[in-house]
Amino acid sequence: MNTAVKDTALFGLVAVLLIGTGVIQGWNSALLILNMGLISAIMALGVNLQWGFAGLFNIGVMGFVALGGLATVLVSTEPVPEAWQAGGLRIFAGLALGAATVVAAVMAQKRLVGRARTIVTLIILVGGFFLYRGVFDPGKEAVEAVNPALTGNLGGLNLPIILSWPVGGLLAAGAAWVIGKTALGLRSDYLAIATLGIAEIIIAVMKNEDWLARGVKNVAGLDSPVPDAVTLQADPSFVERAASLGLDPVLGSTLYNKMGYAVLFTIVLLILLWLAQKALNSPWGRMMRAIRDNETAAEAMGKDVKTRHLQIFILGSAICGIAGAMMTTLDGQLTPGSYQPLRFTFLVWVMVIVGGSGNNFGAVLGGLLIWWLWVQVEPLGLGLMNILSSGLEDGSATKDWMIESAAHMRLLTMGLVLLLVLRFSPRGLIPER
Amino acid sequence: MDFLNAIVAFANFVFVPGLAYGAQLAIGALGVTMIYGILRFSNFAHGDTMAFGTAITILFTTAFISMGITFGPLPTALLALPFGIVATILLLLGTDWAVYKFYRQQKASPVILVIVSMGVMFVMNGVVRFIIGVRDIRFADGERFIITAREFKEMTGLNEGLAIKTTQAITVVVAFIVMALLFWFLNKTRTGKSMRAFSDNEDLALLSGINPDWVVKVTWMIVAALATTAGVLYGLDKSFKAFTYFQLLLPIFASAIVGGLGNPLGAIAGGFVIAFSEVTITYAWKKVLVYLMPDSLEPDGLVQLLSTDYKFAVSFAILIIVLLFKPTGLFKGQSV
Repeated sequence: MNTAVKDTALFGLVAVLLIGTGVIQGWNSALLILNMGLISAIMALGVNLQWGFAGLFNIGVMGFVALGGLATVLVSTEPVPEAWQAGGLRIFAGLALGAATVVAAVMAQKRLVGRARTIVTLIILVGGFFLYRGVFDPGKEAVEAVNPALTGNLGGLNLPIILSWPVGGLLAAGAAWVIGKTALGLRSDYLAIATLGIAEIIIAVMKNEDWLARGVKNVAGLDSPVPDAVTLQADPSFVERAASLGLDPVLGSTLYNKMGYAVLFTIVLLILLWLAQKALNSPWGRMMRAIRDNETAAEAMGKDVKTRHLQIFILGSAICGIAGAMMTTLDGQLTPGSYQPLRFTFLVWVMVIVGGSGNNFGAVLGGLLIWWLWVQVEPLGLGLMNILSSGLEDGSATKDWMIESAAHMRLLTMGLVLLLVLRFSPRGLIPER
Repeated sequence: MDFLNAIVAFANFVFVPGLAYGAQLAIGALGVTMIYGILRFSNFAHGDTMAFGTAITILFTTAFISMGITFGPLPTALLALPFGIVATILLLLGTDWAVYKFYRQQKASPVILVIVSMGVMFVMNGVVRFIIGVRDIRFADGERFIITAREFKEMTGLNEGLAIKTTQAITVVVAFIVMALLFWFLNKTRTGKSMRAFSDNEDLALLSGINPDWVVKVTWMIVAALATTAGVLYGLDKSFKAFTYFQLLLPIFASAIVGGLGNPLGAIAGGFVIAFSEVTITYAWKKVLVYLMPDSLEPDGLVQLLSTDYKFAVSFAILIIVLLFKPTGLFKGQSV
């Protein structure tokens, strides 16, 4: 079969699955799956850039996604002037001191030699740490004491939330630069552990630093870039239009809202996909793949492997950050407690591997398809368990256990899918060409 | 007197918990390091292997208790542990046969095996949830304390008490036995020696007639025993929750890498290094300093360097520092 036909057929399959969901479970659920699928596809694009193009083993996706989510709060919420007065300056002075300490320590490491180097570095680090805590802690406490039930943080810039998408990308890129500078020299599985750890640290910071985005107290009620359902229902002209299409206003407004998101997300996905395709087929993309396939040879040809790796690590992480900001916008709330590595790191990896690493269309397909499966496994599993246990009498322990265990089908299925694809089709559904 | 009080407070809040946690990490890290040394990949499913072994042990423990079998003052889980180990051995041998064997024969690169182990991790995580759910389970029974804080105070007349939990003592004793057995096995038995040879130089080992299949099988069996023991000890000391075990992956890997991947002695040292740094950096030192400092210098705050939620940051920071300055770890590990 012609490859173009096969690829189109695979995307057609996703369309059929989504339309089928719409017909059976209602269009609201279908659009919900589509929206998260589009976001997943963008995350998969980011990971594909790092793994597929450059062979970088980054399993800290969750951290970059969370940073994108943080950006929505920092950009779109209203500033809290009292908090700024109470301790805003102190906090930033503290952070600046902390950064200066690290820079000074790195400088000492570079400039000095021998025992003096160790001693000076230690003095700088320990002294800097206590100085930082001395300046930072009172500021943090003062800010968090300002109206803790409602705010307790510094607030944001009160800008349109859509701006937070590129800002989320920038935040993630900044973090990726720091991480890449320290960890990219490591071998693949060390890099994996390092990124896994950094993602956990980013989540820990977001949970504990209440002055930033209220920590585990969450930020709810974020702005929405498309008109929300309640506003639409109050708008008489919209109600009229919905009625003319034969929809009741509640259904019409929720569908309209989700359609709006779907259009926005599709635009972002198409732009990023176009850019990724351009990059893949440019001399830069060929160089990346050359480095991936044989680092030593590429280095011998005069390619600066370290810088290139840093470059693509930053780019891929930025894409994950954008996706993270989009996801938080869609959710309308930032809940640091809900970030879990299985869902935000390893699931994205399953998407990339199943879709086809090294192929952007493969990553997008993987994102859409695996997200659909992830959502639908639970109802499908429940149906399966209902059929399997139909012979048992109601209320029996085995039956209850079987019904209950359907909830855990997701992880098992994802693992099986990943293992089967790796075993029988290691290059994925749409392989690299 | 103040000095003694300070020492007791230190022992109670830092040394004893750190020792127990370090022993748990060390046994976990031994498993990771064995897989790395013999099979040459970082096994991401290790945390979930620990969870599986512990889950089975818990099932046996509840069964034993309902049958009226207990272990006197010691936790019943210790009686159930061998059954958990056997189940885990079967699971790991099955996984190796169904999954890893294929890639070994293909001579797949380590990074592919790591991704494969991610798939295994998903499956095992799902299986554990099937078996036992996602709840927090406490399964320690028997005596809770060897010595309580109050008894210690009465005995010594000090202000500070030193409480030693039974589970902490058991952890340290079991860890010591496990390590002694492992080193005896690796250094004295024929299979152990061939495993070390295989780890040092695969080609040379094959040339001298070592059966690779047997070495791999024994490795998985040992890893299963180590993982289950580590998981049960951790669960006895704290509690069992599938997700927590998955998260243990990070400090365990940090221990193995800090000590030098592939080096069993390093894994043990790494476990204690990571555990003690986590505990010391997240402990509020006020209680100790109150006794040591003169009254005028007594600290106002808690003197806690980092809040306990940042314990991941600690293991991670140590990992990075060691990797930057000594890439093969404190003890000489392998570098591929």
